[in-house]
Amino acid sequence: MNAKRLPEGGLIDRSKPLWFTWDGKDISGFAGDTLASALLAHGEGVLGRSFKYHRPRGIMSAGVEESGALVTVGEGNRTEPNVKATTQELYSGLVVSGQNAWPNVRFDVGAVNSLFNRFFAAGFYYKTFMGPPLRGRGNGTGVWMQFEKLIRKAAGMGRASREADPDTYEHGHLFCDVLVVGSGPAGLSAARTAAGAGLDVVLVEQDFELGGDWLNHGDKSSREKRLGLLAEVEKAGVRTMTRTTVFGLYDCGTAGLYERVADHVSRPESSHPRHRFWTLRARHTIVATGALERMFAFGNNDRPGVMNVNAGRAYLNRYGVLPGEKIVVATNNDSAYLAAVELSRAGAEVSILETRTTISSQLMRQAGKAEVSLSTRSAPMNVRGSRAVTGLDLAVTAHSGWVAKGSEPCDLLLVSGGWSPVVHLLSHRGVKPVWNPAQACFLPGETSEAIQMAGSAAGIWNTRDCLVSGHAAGARAAKALGCDLPQVEAPVAGGWKSAIEPVYEISVPTGKQKCFVDPQHDVTADDIRLAHREGFVSVEHLKRYTTLGMATDGGKVGNVIGLALMADALGKEIPEVGTTTFRPPYTPVSLGALRGRNVDEHFRPLRRTPMHNWNLEHGATMTMAGLWHRPWYFARSGEGLSEAYVRETETTRASVGLCDVTSLGKIAIQGPDATEFLNRIYTNPFAKLPIGKARYGIMLRDDGLVMDDGTTWRLSETDYFMTTTTAHAAKVMAWLEELLQTRWQDLKVAVTSVSEQWAGSAVAGPRSRDVLAACVEDPSVMENEVFPFMGVIESVLQGGVPCRIARISFSGEMAFEVYVPSDYGPAMMDMLWEQARSAGGCLYGLEALGAMRIEKGHVTGAELDGRVSIDDAGLGKMASPNKSFIGSVLRKRPELLREDRPCLVGIKPRDPGETFNAGSILCEKDKVSGMGEGWITAVTHSPALGHWIGLGFIRGGHEGWTGKTLVAADPVRKGNIDVEVISPHMYDPDGERMHG
Amino acid sequence: MIRIDCPYCGERDHAEFSYGGDATVEYPALDAPAEEWHDAVFLRENVRGVQRETWHHVNGCRMWLIVERDTVTHEIHSVQPAHGGMARSLNAHRGPEKPE
Repeated sequence: MNAKRLPEGGLIDRSKPLWFTWDGKDISGFAGDTLASALLAHGEGVLGRSFKYHRPRGIMSAGVEESGALVTVGEGNRTEPNVKATTQELYSGLVVSGQNAWPNVRFDVGAVNSLFNRFFAAGFYYKTFMGPPLRGRGNGTGVWMQFEKLIRKAAGMGRASREADPDTYEHGHLFCDVLVVGSGPAGLSAARTAAGAGLDVVLVEQDFELGGDWLNHGDKSSREKRLGLLAEVEKAGVRTMTRTTVFGLYDCGTAGLYERVADHVSRPESSHPRHRFWTLRARHTIVATGALERMFAFGNNDRPGVMNVNAGRAYLNRYGVLPGEKIVVATNNDSAYLAAVELSRAGAEVSILETRTTISSQLMRQAGKAEVSLSTRSAPMNVRGSRAVTGLDLAVTAHSGWVAKGSEPCDLLLVSGGWSPVVHLLSHRGVKPVWNPAQACFLPGETSEAIQMAGSAAGIWNTRDCLVSGHAAGARAAKALGCDLPQVEAPVAGGWKSAIEPVYEISVPTGKQKCFVDPQHDVTADDIRLAHREGFVSVEHLKRYTTLGMATDGGKVGNVIGLALMADALGKEIPEVGTTTFRPPYTPVSLGALRGRNVDEHFRPLRRTPMHNWNLEHGATMTMAGLWHRPWYFARSGEGLSEAYVRETETTRASVGLCDVTSLGKIAIQGPDATEFLNRIYTNPFAKLPIGKARYGIMLRDDGLVMDDGTTWRLSETDYFMTTTTAHAAKVMAWLEELLQTRWQDLKVAVTSVSEQWAGSAVAGPRSRDVLAACVEDPSVMENEVFPFMGVIESVLQGGVPCRIARISFSGEMAFEVYVPSDYGPAMMDMLWEQARSAGGCLYGLEALGAMRIEKGHVTGAELDGRVSIDDAGLGKMASPNKSFIGSVLRKRPELLREDRPCLVGIKPRDPGETFNAGSILCEKDKVSGMGEGWITAVTHSPALGHWIGLGFIRGGHEGWTGKTLVAADPVRKGNIDVEVISPHMYDPDGERMHG
Repeated sequence: MIRIDCPYCGERDHAEFSYGGDATVEYPALDAPAEEWHDAVFLRENVRGVQRETWHHVNGCRMWLIVERDTVTHEIHSVQPAHGGMARSLNAHRGPEKPE
């Protein structure tokens, strides 16, 4: 290829040279260049290597459909593989390297793959490696496992950086009346009309310049029209976004936008993200996304120096690069002639190979005037040269197909096999495109949504009609949105002087060369025929078997040709074979843009209690409990987790411990029917709960399994305070609201989440009452007689802080939960801690809390995992036989009443010095296999018992297993440990400490 | 990316809501026979077309709503408070429906 930069012309700014490096070489281009145009201007032909065969590849297009010039941009942690050189805006300092090649793209050892091409044909991996053994030896799938690494290394694309991404990304939301996608003549015209009617219009363009196809026009009047319309669009108040792709359309006028804020600079400004992900909501959408030019399949049609005609025109008119000296233009339609004429006038020797027999006399005159030679009924059948085009073998039509006839030297081949309207966005909405035989393309189908297709996206081929089409769409949108605007008839598809000839492949009977259909994935015409012979004739099967259309271009170039070849093999028409569905994204979207700011500590919401800082100041090591940050343990100097929680447990059981329990869900249940409501949702009776008492309750789901547990305190005749588990707080709240608003609309009850309003601390241990008595203004309220087990008081802490206290215990000790309004949380902790410390107490975290509850056999989310019945959890006595409640019927399903259901048990090691893990499977001693007999949910070291204990479930419950040795099987971690199953109530089973 | 016109808050993104379930299910009395409970809890139509379903405006006004949604097109035909009394008072407040 003898491409060169012309001394003038194009939209580049020759006064602004930009330096960049390509595979270590310093090269210059100009502002307004793409990477591809700058490399082409320097005559760089081979820019990449193909996916499977490592064939040399060069620039094949000038846009998003690029399949050849895929490169790696950036270095280190800013490495971006598989960038299309044709869409990468040039900037100073851009670092570019070749990929999928060693040592480089110009000389690639991997090209040896081409010699073994029969191994790389469609379905090779499946046939060789998957499923039944290969020729009776070994296991096919096993062989795949061995070879996978090698094959993946040989075939592939660029490599992503292994380093963390240093850039930031943002999410944003946009709203408008009319979204216009694409800024070509149709899009600009639509935007001007809609905005002129007073509508709020957003115009989105993927390129860095507005103008679409107009940018590729060379004549002065096109430029003036473009600039004139741009000025009108700006004046009408259209919001324009360049470097932004509408990658998908979704329900209710939602569009996904991907804005490349800083891909045209070496690194983002400090206040800028690299990419933005916009969710745009439009009342009306006009899709003016243009059309993509197809090639046709013929021998070695992937060689560097073969591109589509429109690309040749773009490089000439937009970038001022004459892409070749001796250019052959191969076409089956009218659109290629203007490019041929322009290239000839720019100094190239141009000849046209026209597949059709006759063309309009006007085109013939134009070609003749520009000294472009024209051969009808002709096409290229093979490209000569491997790293650059050196010439063509030609074919002409005979009565039954193509026959070889002569050759022609050239350094650039431009091909136009017709145009495919970009119907992708409408396809995202589930609208199937419709094959139009006259235009040899898929046209957009009908939709009932507020979406219109305009311009060449609707199959309109000339600029004048595209302007009318855009205006008509803009007027229709305005009318639909209530503006009184005269309507215009939209032009119909078409616009060429003489009809396109449907040609998809130039095949001669003797041809043995590879004819590429989807060059990016190295899918050839023979692969399509192989798929047909082997029965993969459905489009969906064809795609998966050959990987046609599954590369990063999503089949923009190859799909129609593949479909046509399959139709030919089946002897059917294209519409009978079908079409593939385009799915978002239209072009790749970075993972960074999808994640936005939701990363690291912002990955999910973080909830902190009002005592968060207080806990940290007092030495807490924190852990995550759902979204909550909670104290895990309070280490003293030299202590780790194990030492700390054992000490905290011992100290609490010996004197007193304090624990932040603010994260528990808290719900105010108020109203004249509050009692009846509670009586229906809890399994145990609440009808007679006295004022000033709390009760532990369990709620079931409709299907009879356990939903949640907690305590509910009766504050007055009509006022209750419910606590839920931390994990299920939101779920229980939504459930209570659902019941009251849908099922039991007659109940006069209000439920209000007060989780955020109250800060809470557990005060547990034999000295707990002393601590609280010293903190309340009136110590007499704490006396055993007036404040018994399960009692509730509303009182005042020293200094006038209002509080609620219940005498309830999760630890098994005499214990209280104290709640104060949230802002008083740290003050309450100061007060309690001063007293607890002087009583020899401690602060404890979740680990000690867990240890004490396991000793007592109290269940939490680890046990109540949504598969457990109230009987399984050993709490069957809490299900009242004398009333109906949610789940009371279905909890008696036969399956839930089976005697051998797994039931809650305690577990201890046979050897008291041993430890075992939560998650172990409980098996019989000699039958360590399969699902076992049960499982372990939680383990801890029990300071009170002096050995490790656990909770778990085992078939039939603990009685049947008493005295037997079981195995806690944990094959991938600890191995098998001999354990015994005991009652889950392992510490103080009669609860004397709690009641004392 | 559907939007729901909450009768209390106005049109909001579906991300503010959580889906409940089939709004046509009539839950039996708490002591009804097991068969009735079985049908109410486990049997669901797989509607192609307009379906009445409950949605909870969980990150909004916390109201449970009955939404008529087309399961094919996601078009929403109506949104009402699930609570009949709430719906009546809301409609009374809005005044009589305008004739089309």
